[in-house]
Amino acid sequence: MKLAYTLRLADDALIIGHRLSEWCGHGPILEQDIALTNTSLDHLGRARSLYQYAADLFNALPAAEKPSVFSSVAIQGLVAAGTAIDEDDVAYLRDGWDFRNLLLVEQPNNDWAYTVARSFYFDTFNFYFFSALQQSNDTALAAIAAKSLKEITYHLRWSSEWVIRLGDGTEESHQRMQQAVSDLWMYTGEMFVMNAADQDAVQHGYGVDVDALKTLWMERVKAVFDEATLAMPAGTWMQSGGKDGKHTDNLGYILAEMQFMQRTYPGMEW
Amino acid sequence: MTNDKMNITKNEWPLWEVFIRSKAGLDHKHAGSLHAADEQMAIENARDVYTRRMEGVSIWVVESKYIHASDPGESASLYDPANDKIYRHPTFYELPDEVKYM
Amino acid sequence: MPVHSFQEHFDSLIDREITIEPKDWMPDDYRKTLIRQISQHAHSEIVGMLPEGNWITRAPSLRRKAVLLAKVQDEAGHGLYLYSAAETLGITRDEMYNQLHTGKAKYSSIFNYPTLTWADMGAIGWLVDGAAIMNQVPLCRTSYGPYARAMVRVCKEESFHQRQGFEIMLTLAKGTEIQKKMAQDAFNRWWWPSIMMFGPTDAESPNTEQSVRWRIKRFTNDELRQKFVDVTVEQTKVLGLEMPDKDIKWNEERGHYDFGPINWDEFWNVVKGNGPCNKQRLDARKNAWDNGKWVRDAAMAHAAKRKAREGGVKAA
Repeated sequence: MKLAYTLRLADDALIIGHRLSEWCGHGPILEQDIALTNTSLDHLGRARSLYQYAADLFNALPAAEKPSVFSSVAIQGLVAAGTAIDEDDVAYLRDGWDFRNLLLVEQPNNDWAYTVARSFYFDTFNFYFFSALQQSNDTALAAIAAKSLKEITYHLRWSSEWVIRLGDGTEESHQRMQQAVSDLWMYTGEMFVMNAADQDAVQHGYGVDVDALKTLWMERVKAVFDEATLAMPAGTWMQSGGKDGKHTDNLGYILAEMQFMQRTYPGMEW
Repeated sequence: MTNDKMNITKNEWPLWEVFIRSKAGLDHKHAGSLHAADEQMAIENARDVYTRRMEGVSIWVVESKYIHASDPGESASLYDPANDKIYRHPTFYELPDEVKYM
Repeated sequence: MPVHSFQEHFDSLIDREITIEPKDWMPDDYRKTLIRQISQHAHSEIVGMLPEGNWITRAPSLRRKAVLLAKVQDEAGHGLYLYSAAETLGITRDEMYNQLHTGKAKYSSIFNYPTLTWADMGAIGWLVDGAAIMNQVPLCRTSYGPYARAMVRVCKEESFHQRQGFEIMLTLAKGTEIQKKMAQDAFNRWWWPSIMMFGPTDAESPNTEQSVRWRIKRFTNDELRQKFVDVTVEQTKVLGLEMPDKDIKWNEERGHYDFGPINWDEFWNVVKGNGPCNKQRLDARKNAWDNGKWVRDAAMAHAAKRKAREGGVKAA
């Protein structure tokens, strides 16, 4: 279960990092192109730390358990050959249903407002989540949390400022920002769903009670929206499934692109 | 300035000069410039642009239009007089060899 | 020393290798030449993000992905340093963008070629960045201060670029058959455009003489090209790849490698807009700029609102 939990955190980081990296070279102004790429690199760095840890956890499993963890033919091949897996194997060889990232992070960039809104919802959640994860009884996870929190604090500052800037900017930017926060709203509920992995994590003291973060998250979002002159979205129906491997169309395309080299040319050094 | 040119640059984010203290105890040094809509963004952009390789511990930004510069044509009168005040320079003073590190 | 005119004073600074600074008097042509060269250089960095940017989402390992992303980001930074240097000469970045978007300003033609396989990331780092460094190192001592300082920063950061490219090539060249094929294929496609990067031959390069006189340029196109060929031939031996030019031969007398004829017809056509990706590259830049307009405007509008509110508070 700890493996699934670690992988989920890694998947969130990898997929949001992937989305943000799509902006590189296409940003609205050079300075912000550079800023967003820094954030993308932070997420990617966190993904790598978590994947390495996940690979360690996997490699330490009893041999009998390994074949049933991932359905990917490629990973089963490695297991059958007795090869230890590494960060790239978990990132590039797992099938879509074994990815456990939030639906929110796989949503497309669309425009700067959507990108900012997606980051803002996720950064706010991350801020409280990783603050709490520092108390994990798992020293590896606690250490990753401590390092990540510094980066995430900056991410949150960046996305909050942009929400305010666009919300309280021009008429056009206000409309676009309102549209973006409203459209993405239905993907926010999933962050606070306690699924089996979350319950196991809380029960054994290595993870975070995400249900308890909801109030903090709401307050923070509301405060920023107030300053941005944006209305809190009213919808109550929430999408979920990402944490259990049921994704939107987007993930398939992301993986097709991201995994193509490793899938086409298996077992090579790059 | 033609109309065309004014339209192109009308809404350009202002230019800022960036000064960075590379480590505690040193002066802030001019690192370069960048564009930003306001001072907060200027500091953040400076962090993202000029400290990608951990070059800084402190950042100053000032909007370029507020920088006043001396006239290079007058540099003779401004700086040359300092040329004969060599007593300002430490090598002017002779120390006995036993005194090291001063 | 008696000074008779601005021109003579300027010439004497140049002759004594003293750096020219933004507020110094300078001849109009010097200013124009610098603006053209620096902005062209800046545009090349920005357009140059695109062919490599193509592979960020497809990089074959997480380490390579992080390195590539950081590298492409560095190019944005280099563009920014260079635009800033040009801005000290009295042109705005928006004006320079406008020149790029309307086709009035050029950028390095090499970025009008596509990136077909992962090996292209290796070939670009190794060859394109290698050629760029050869051009750029002498520019750290160029006569215009802000340009020289920007180049010092660029060169410092650039050294990792070529190394990561060479490392990719080496990994492929020492890898499986298919990887080796990939490396050779990329080498074959990027070699000629790379040596064209140094620009037309000295005989065809009318601006060179004046630029060398002004210390805006410190070596001629042919000198730099030869230097690049010489080092690349040696590096190719380390990789165990074949030189794409069958005429490469050591010339004892010259102390340099001779190389085959360059297809200048292709070069001029790509410059004129007939390269495989000219349109895509320029469209990508224009789209980024046009789609970003409302974002930039919003930030300005918000800054103005905040300033007005703060002013109101202070007055009250």
